[in-house]
Amino acid sequence: MTLTSPQFKYNARAALADAQLQRALSKGLGFVERRRLAAERLPEFESLRDAARDIKSHTLAHLDLYLEAYEARVTAAGGKLHYAVTAKEARTVVLDICRSASARTVTKGKTMIAEEIGLNDFFEQNGIQPVETDLGEYLIQIRHEMPSHIIAPAIHLNKDQVEADFRRVHTHLPKDRNLDEPATLLAEARGVLRERFLAADVGITGANFLVAETGTSIIVTNEGNGDLTQTLPKVHIVLASIEKLVPTLEDVSTLLRVLARSATGQDMSVYTTLSTGPRRPDDPDGPSEYHVVILDNGRSSMLGGEFADILRCIRCGACMNYCPVFNAVGGHAYGWVYPGPMGAVLTPALIGVDKGGHLPNASMFCGRCEEVCPVRIPLPRMMRAWREREFERHLTPAAVRGGLKFWAFFAKRPALYGLATALASRVLWLFGRGSGRFRRLPFAIGWTRHRDFPAPQGATFQAQWRRRRR
Amino acid sequence: MPPPKNRVGLLVTCLVDLMRPVVGFAAVKLLEDAGCTVEVPRQSCCGQPAFNSGDRATARALAEQVIATFESYDYVVVPSGSCGGQVRVHYPELFHGDPNWHPRAERFAAKTYELISFLTNVLGVSNITARYAGTATYHDSCSSLREMGVQAQPRRLLAGVEGLTLAELPDADVCCGFGGTFCVKYPEISNAIVNKKAEAVAATGADTLLAGDLGCLMNIAGKLQRNGRHLAVRHVAEVLAGMADGPAIGEPEPKRAAP
Repeated sequence: MTLTSPQFKYNARAALADAQLQRALSKGLGFVERRRLAAERLPEFESLRDAARDIKSHTLAHLDLYLEAYEARVTAAGGKLHYAVTAKEARTVVLDICRSASARTVTKGKTMIAEEIGLNDFFEQNGIQPVETDLGEYLIQIRHEMPSHIIAPAIHLNKDQVEADFRRVHTHLPKDRNLDEPATLLAEARGVLRERFLAADVGITGANFLVAETGTSIIVTNEGNGDLTQTLPKVHIVLASIEKLVPTLEDVSTLLRVLARSATGQDMSVYTTLSTGPRRPDDPDGPSEYHVVILDNGRSSMLGGEFADILRCIRCGACMNYCPVFNAVGGHAYGWVYPGPMGAVLTPALIGVDKGGHLPNASMFCGRCEEVCPVRIPLPRMMRAWREREFERHLTPAAVRGGLKFWAFFAKRPALYGLATALASRVLWLFGRGSGRFRRLPFAIGWTRHRDFPAPQGATFQAQWRRRRR
Repeated sequence: MPPPKNRVGLLVTCLVDLMRPVVGFAAVKLLEDAGCTVEVPRQSCCGQPAFNSGDRATARALAEQVIATFESYDYVVVPSGSCGGQVRVHYPELFHGDPNWHPRAERFAAKTYELISFLTNVLGVSNITARYAGTATYHDSCSSLREMGVQAQPRRLLAGVEGLTLAELPDADVCCGFGGTFCVKYPEISNAIVNKKAEAVAATGADTLLAGDLGCLMNIAGKLQRNGRHLAVRHVAEVLAGMADGPAIGEPEPKRAAP
């Protein structure tokens, strides 16, 4: 799975031409409407968003303290915490744990961090079979794709594609089986995954929250796959990034109240699973080893800086559900793990603005993302900040820089600007007055390839005003 | 009730200045009818294109120019939520940490308004006398809606226009895909978004599309026309000022001499 963010424009064009993808995108999952209804049903929703923002901001401001407290609690509960500075370190730590458990198959609950560090490919290169247990993640795994949405990773697929993939991969099942209904597809996935759960040597989950007060990791799922992933194998690895820390369980309950509502419009996700350390002597089940791998991957250098607010993100996906650009091109066009507005801010921080620069540029700054973000992340402001970094580093395309310079020369001299615009409006008016618009303008091909350009009305407003009033 | 001070500087916006002066004259008429004295100092642009392209130095230079030009007025009024938002929300942000300019930008921002909300919220205009025969639908521009709090005000004033029926546009709050330079930087994506918008507009059955921002209007008008949809597209101020008798955006002029 390669990084294709630098080819965002190409990806976007391909996505717009992909009829099946366009059908899937226009059908959607109804998240926008459901979130709206969920927010309306809860009178304190807006104040909960404030509280959620404050919890995350507070934690980030004191992250060192909470990390220390968390580590102490994890250790006290019999677990082991591993701090990974880079993606490579995280992969190595996870592989070492798996090797020492002589693992051959590993089940995985949904973890975006595993996607971020490319864990599945790495496992396969090292002779370990990873099995995704979230249905959407399983689907993209057997297709060797990246998630196209952070909470609905296979939102770009339709039923027929899933059926074809199942017939291709599940070759041990009868060829003439009926897979016409979503329910039969689900039953087949459930059957296949159940065997894998039982066979797995190690279970890896992500974390929605890591609780400093108790050393607990928490995941929310709608399928219950997280529970089986972390209780059945003898080793449980929690793979998460540093900003998942929250101080207390009470804080978690506040964040949970905005998380599912923002994501899917549910009051709560179906399963909220807490795990604290390995199995204790009187526990009926649970792993005998409990590891937490905490990934930094550049995040700590964002603390206190211009992009720190993105670390509040609780990965609900509301920003992408509401984003007109995401809804036009889908998640794969963004070319890496995190799509949509949160991806447009986070991706350049993680892979470099030289590679991820298109993402914060591909925004109209319409502001819908910020309007719905449960932790009130100023996403457009930070996308603009990336554009400023690009401009400072001369990464902005030469045509844009040149155009800006030319325009700014006039705009900074209002009298000259008045003369230039008077001339421009006159010329455009002369050529355009016949039909009132242009079907093609040489200096605005990007515009006129898709739409007409109106002719101006003649003299500029300022010229007419001065003539009339003086 | 008219405010005690009402000397208004009209920040006409570069698009209205160049492309559609009638919107400027409509704004002047609406403001004068409401008891304001309107002045138009020589001006160019608020600097938003530079600001959104990451060119902070140019954005600052233009912001300083606008502030210096307009700060002696009691109010600064803009017939655009986008340029209004640039002044009101982003000027203070642009001068953040500057002990001289930041307070100046804050004071300036506080007296800058989008035209329609200025009429209703500041001047208390609740009814205007205008006629327009037709069914109109209204698109909420993103900046008007999210930065300037404009949503009910234009609809309320339009409800008082004789002969006009308002047909609500589904997803009126979703961006039209213009986004300033976005529409030429990512033309295919912009096209997909505006196509959706134009078809939603056409599906309302309205004969007229109104909005408060010329950028969005030019974008949607251009797409409607390319798609062969025959709707008149106008700035809401044209209708409210009773100045909607000339050609709509992108429509040809009747034969007459050049102005």
